[in-house]
Amino acid sequence: MTDLREHAVDVHEQFSDSLDVGVDEIESRLETLVSEYRVPVDEARRSIVSTYLDEAGMDREDLSGGTTESAAVADIDSPEEWLDMTVKVVDLWEPNADSIAQVGLLGDETGTVKFTKWAKSELPELDEGVVYRLEGVVTDEYQGRFSVKLNSATTIEELDTELEVGDDDTEVEGALVDIQSGSGLIKRCPAEDCTRVLQNGRCSEHGDVEGEFDLRIKGVLDDGVEIHETIFNRESTEELTGITLNEAQQMAMDALDTEVVVEEMRETVLGRYYRVSGPTLGRYVLANDIERLGAPTDAERVLIRARSM
Amino acid sequence: MSASVPTREVARRAFATEFNDATYTFKESDDDRAPVYSLLPTGQRANRVFVAGTLTETEDVGDDSEYWRGRIVDPTGTFFTYAGQYQPEATSVLRETETPAYVTVVGKPRTYETDEGGVNVSLRPESISVVDGATRNRWVVETADRTLDRIEAFDEAGEYAAMADTQYDPELSTYRDGVVSALEDLEAEADEELAAEA
Repeated sequence: MTDLREHAVDVHEQFSDSLDVGVDEIESRLETLVSEYRVPVDEARRSIVSTYLDEAGMDREDLSGGTTESAAVADIDSPEEWLDMTVKVVDLWEPNADSIAQVGLLGDETGTVKFTKWAKSELPELDEGVVYRLEGVVTDEYQGRFSVKLNSATTIEELDTELEVGDDDTEVEGALVDIQSGSGLIKRCPAEDCTRVLQNGRCSEHGDVEGEFDLRIKGVLDDGVEIHETIFNRESTEELTGITLNEAQQMAMDALDTEVVVEEMRETVLGRYYRVSGPTLGRYVLANDIERLGAPTDAERVLIRARSM
Repeated sequence: MSASVPTREVARRAFATEFNDATYTFKESDDDRAPVYSLLPTGQRANRVFVAGTLTETEDVGDDSEYWRGRIVDPTGTFFTYAGQYQPEATSVLRETETPAYVTVVGKPRTYETDEGGVNVSLRPESISVVDGATRNRWVVETADRTLDRIEAFDEAGEYAAMADTQYDPELSTYRDGVVSALEDLEAEADEELAAEA
C-alpha cells in the first residue's frame, strides 16, 4: 500500500460512520494536494479532514484519529487522550445543563471516573448497572480530577457480562492532632433528605426543628509533612472512641451538656496514630476503615539510613 | 476560594535537642496576625510541632493563677511545656497526670529571652494526651525519619535551609548522631523486652 493510500484508509475509517465517502475518492483528493499543489502529506490530510468535518457537521475533537487504546480507569492520567474502555455504569446523576444528555460515574476493577455524554452527540441511552464497551471516549481534566466525555465518534456496545467495580479509596495516616468544632454529639435536621447539622437548634434551611442526635468527628491527621482532614461518621466514631450514640446521649443528659462527649473523645483519641481509608468528599477523607497504629515497624530501616549518612 | 484562605499548619517532628536549638523566629508577612515560625536548624519552618516523650515532672509555677510547667523527656533531651488559663484542657492534664507517664503534645514553639540574654524555646500546648509506649516509640522512629529527610535535603539549599545556614551555621552531624542514638535506644529497649519474655 502506498503512503497516500494508507492515509486515505485512515481518514476513511474516521468518517465511515458519518459520511458516505470512498477510500478512492479520499486518495485522489490527497493526490491532488500532494502532487499538484506540493502540499506536505500531513498538511494535505489535515485539510481533507477539515473538509469532511464540515460536511459531517462534526468537531475535530469528535474524531477518534484511529489511535485510541484500551485503558483501565486507573490509567487515566492526562487530558485529551482517546481511549477505549470496558466499564460499568455505577451511577447516573441529574444533568445540570440542557447540553448534557447523561452524566454519572463509570467504573472498572481499578476504580471509578465521571463521564459526560453530550446531547448533540445523539448517542444511545446508558443504563445503570450495565457493562459497556466504549470506543473513542476522550479524557478531560478539571482541577486535577479526570473525567471522560462521550462524543459523536464514540461507539457504545452493551456487553452481557458482570464487572466488579473497584473502589478508589484514599488511604491516609498520621497522628490525630485536632478534633474540629462540630464534632461529638450533634443534632441533625430531621426533614426529609436534609441532614444538615443544627446550630443552636436551627437548621440553615428549615429553621427551628426538633433535631435528631448523631455522632461525628471531624479530625485532622498529620504525618509531619501534610495534613488530611477526615470525617468519621457515627459507626466510625463509635469504633474509634468506644462510645456509642446511646452512651453519648446518657453522658450528655447526666452532665446537662453535650460538650462532655467531645471532651471525652479528645482524651481517648487525640495524639495517637491512625490509618484510615475511604472515599474523598471535597477536602475530607470519609473514614470507612480505621486502624490504630501501634509500635513502629521500620526502626531498623531508619537506623540503617541514619548510619549511612 | 481565594489563595489567602488560611491553611492549617503542619505539625513538624523534631527531637528535643533540635527543638531547643530553634531560637530564631520570623514571620512571612507584616500582618499582625501572620503566623510566627521557629526555624529548625535542619532547615524547616515550624509553627506547630507534634512531640512525644516521658512526662517526668509537673509543677505549678504560677503566682496568682495556675501556670503549669511540664518536663517531657525524649531520647535526646527535654521539652519544656507551659500551660495556663488559656489552655484549660492541657492545664488539667498537667495538674492531674501522675508522673512518669508517656505523653504526646500538639503545640506551638515559643521563645523567650532569659535574664542572661540567652533565648529559651518552650512549647505551648494545644493538647496533651497520655499515651502508651508503642505510640511514643512510633513517634521516635517517625521523628528520626523526618529529621533525616531534612538533613538530606539541606544541601539542596531550599529557602529554609538557606535561612538556617545563615542564622545558625548548624553542625548537622549533631542532629544525625541524635537520630542514631535515639534509634539505638529503641533497639536496646526492644531487646530487653524480648529477653524478659524469654
